[in-house]
Amino acid sequence: MAIGYASKKERVVVASNINIELCKGELVGLVGVNGVGKSTLLRTLTNVQNGLGGDIFINDKNIKHYAALDLAKVLSLVLTEQLMSKNLSVFEIVALGRQPYTNWVGNLSENDLTIINTAIIQTNISDLKHKRCFELSDGQLQKVMIARALAQDTDLIILDEPTTHLDIYHKVYTLKLLQKLAKETNKTILFSSHEIDLAIQLCDKLIVMTPNQVVSDMPCNLILNGTFKSLFPEDLIAFDEKTGSFRVKK
Amino acid sequence: MALSILLVVCFLANISLGSVYIPLNDVFNSLMGNATEQETWQHIIRNYRLPKAITAILVGSGLGISGLLMQTLFRNPLAGPFVLGISSGASLGVALVILGSSVFGGVFALFLISKWSIVIAASLGSFLVLLAVLMVSLKVRDTMAILIIGLMFASITSAIVSVLSYFGSAQQLQQYIFWGFGSLGNLSWDELLIFFIIYSIGLMVSLASVKSLNTMLLGENYAKSLGLNIKRSRFAIIMATSLLAGTITAFAGPIAFIGLAIPHLTRQVFNSSNHKILLPAVFLFGGIVMLICDSIAQVPNSDYTLPINAITSLVGAPVVIWLLVRKRKMVF
Repeated sequence: MAIGYASKKERVVVASNINIELCKGELVGLVGVNGVGKSTLLRTLTNVQNGLGGDIFINDKNIKHYAALDLAKVLSLVLTEQLMSKNLSVFEIVALGRQPYTNWVGNLSENDLTIINTAIIQTNISDLKHKRCFELSDGQLQKVMIARALAQDTDLIILDEPTTHLDIYHKVYTLKLLQKLAKETNKTILFSSHEIDLAIQLCDKLIVMTPNQVVSDMPCNLILNGTFKSLFPEDLIAFDEKTGSFRVKK
Repeated sequence: MALSILLVVCFLANISLGSVYIPLNDVFNSLMGNATEQETWQHIIRNYRLPKAITAILVGSGLGISGLLMQTLFRNPLAGPFVLGISSGASLGVALVILGSSVFGGVFALFLISKWSIVIAASLGSFLVLLAVLMVSLKVRDTMAILIIGLMFASITSAIVSVLSYFGSAQQLQQYIFWGFGSLGNLSWDELLIFFIIYSIGLMVSLASVKSLNTMLLGENYAKSLGLNIKRSRFAIIMATSLLAGTITAFAGPIAFIGLAIPHLTRQVFNSSNHKILLPAVFLFGGIVMLICDSIAQVPNSDYTLPINAITSLVGAPVVIWLLVRKRKMVF
């Protein structure tokens, strides 16, 4: 698959020759230097923008052939954008995840309520249920948005930089939660992140984007074949293979 | 529930109050179709006060709902029913009829200036602006751009009105200004029927948009990821607003403030952003506030009728200020 931007005048290819396969129950991290095209890849994968070539299949069906509503039943998103209304309660936000399934006024059925409550329990936000969003911390809000994606009941959840704005504890907390959810619910969870060392420790698979190539493999294999060494310009930081993290060059 | 009772009470109070004093049981009698003590009372109630009270409810609720739709669509607490230039379009239509007569010739004008010609001019004006905005909304991707474009349409039309005013005579200007004050009275049952039919279509479309409005509370990208067809929902919402605000402006003039304030009032009182709650509540609040304002504008037992447009702001603005100051936190 090739991604990028096409206009009448020119085609800007951001990355090409991308070949990725995601399996059920996998937590997959997408890492790469700023501006390498992580967001473009995610936008293309979620059908927000068109790819320049190649196809994306979810459950053996081309993403282009999904109706908007059907796509919403197999793919849910957690974005970095601010909520428009911070006055919604946590329960209301999670319940909005059921929108693709509800009738024309959006009434919740028994089944919907069960799924919403399960999502709330799985993300440990039961005690926040009746709080309003402006009362929440960034970490709590992130859990709520993950719960909302869970309530959407999709095979694939894609998160755009879910760990930004969080402290190191909550970064790990959020990623561990994603890891647990992938195992428990057998969903595929893909997230982009700049926390490469955390991703190495927690992910089943990593997609590493560099200007020249996009590779996806298990973290240990990627360390072995030295993919991380070439990830960043080498003047300031270096990858330490023993600890699996980046060190500042003295 | 309490609100619906309050609406009925305000409705009855509005009918009982007016420049002519009519005892309460005679008001009931004439509403029930029984004879009243004086023949004229029955006439006043049935052909003047009753249609006016119904108009007040339609105007108040319709403007409130279209304000709510616009505020949610544009994610902007300052949006109101007229941000898309609907009232400016209507003003332009009316200005062309009233003021333009000096430009287009005098004999023609005398024939033109009747009640219906003003209604038709206002409808045509708002319809044309609406058409332009709708076409833009299908082309433009960014919702905010529609808002700006609406504002641009508004300034173009008001510029034309200014030019027309410059050439208009004093009498014509006065007539135009009086139209701008807004008026709930003077609607015959026939006119009210047409008003009601278009209003109902607008209301229906708004009701059908409740789910997409709630989805939009998450923001446009989330709404899209939930399978919402943004362009179609946006079209429906703009359509509903135009039908509601357009007919209201055509029949009652550009009534300010209600459309902006009622949604805020309702959000503060109900402390909710869920449109399933907000929409009916805005409907009731809009009707109630309009009835109260109209009762005040009548100045009971006197011959004066103050401009309704002034009263809505004079009464409503302090209430909204008070609510916002008291709560300290704006609910949006």
